[in-house]
Amino acid sequence: MHELPITENILAIALRHAEGAGAKRITALYLTIGQLSSIVDDSIQFYWDIVSEGTVAKGARLHFKRIPVRLKCLDCGQEYAPDGSELACPACKGTKIKVEAGEEFFLESIEVE
Amino acid sequence: MTQRVTIVERIMDANDQLAAENRRKLDAAGVFAINILASPGAGKTSLILRTIEALAPRLQLAVVEGDTAPVTIDADKIMARGVPAVQINTGGDCHLDAVMFQAALPQFNLAQTDLLIVENVGNLICPANFKLGTHQNVLIASVPEGDDKPYKYPGIYRGVDALIINKIDLLPYITFDMDYFRRGVEILNPGLVVFPLSCTTGEGLAAWTDWLEASARKG
Repeated sequence: MHELPITENILAIALRHAEGAGAKRITALYLTIGQLSSIVDDSIQFYWDIVSEGTVAKGARLHFKRIPVRLKCLDCGQEYAPDGSELACPACKGTKIKVEAGEEFFLESIEVE
Repeated sequence: MTQRVTIVERIMDANDQLAAENRRKLDAAGVFAINILASPGAGKTSLILRTIEALAPRLQLAVVEGDTAPVTIDADKIMARGVPAVQINTGGDCHLDAVMFQAALPQFNLAQTDLLIVENVGNLICPANFKLGTHQNVLIASVPEGDDKPYKYPGIYRGVDALIINKIDLLPYITFDMDYFRRGVEILNPGLVVFPLSCTTGEGLAAWTDWLEASARKG
């Protein structure tokens, strides 16, 4: 449900940059979404078709780049993806962990005409 | 001709900027604000009522109630205790955002407020993405929800400043591995301040209200 305001934000950012580039039409958007940011692609797509109606972004294709969670153990240096039921390091059981990837959520670029 | 425009702009920037504005308003008025996050039924309203009981004699409190429907049950309970409360009806939205919080602020006499408590909509996913401009995000986890929640909802555990483990009076009756739970929390948010307590029996509440009062006086 939080995808509606989020999709409106995406549209606002895209429109602002398209105008800055003097574009007549936005044909594609490239979004980067980390797994930890709890955003559902399908919901964004659903709302996109509604919110972009009547704007220069109508009909633009959405491209999603999903970034999986990657953790790094600060004790032994092991990099790993958590399995869903455990977050500790699978190699040394360490619990001092850095989140290396998975929290991204930004609009990387747009294609305009 | 198709042209690629590089943007790399964080999608939550607009909300974050508004949250920063809200924060400036609170700071200018000397108000310390907390945002309480939890799933439905974790005990957000119970905790607020207990907190009012402990702190209302010493601090000027105010409460923002976030609800998805125009039901004023929670706000009514707060006001019955003589504390000003404003209800934000999100109209079905699953979270409060900086715009809604901004609209609520002028409804309080901020100059007369020391501590503003925001009860967010009951949800472990969406509120994590929307900053309000409060000074601290406080998450309530309750024992009956299970010990695996940090593993299933890591996003919300990453972004909070304090954690309350509510309903500890139920620990004898429920399978809840406290070590497993707290290990997940520590990995996601090292050094996070944790308050195990029970709003029913009152056990552990003083540690929470002492910490909150000290934070409010400092903040």
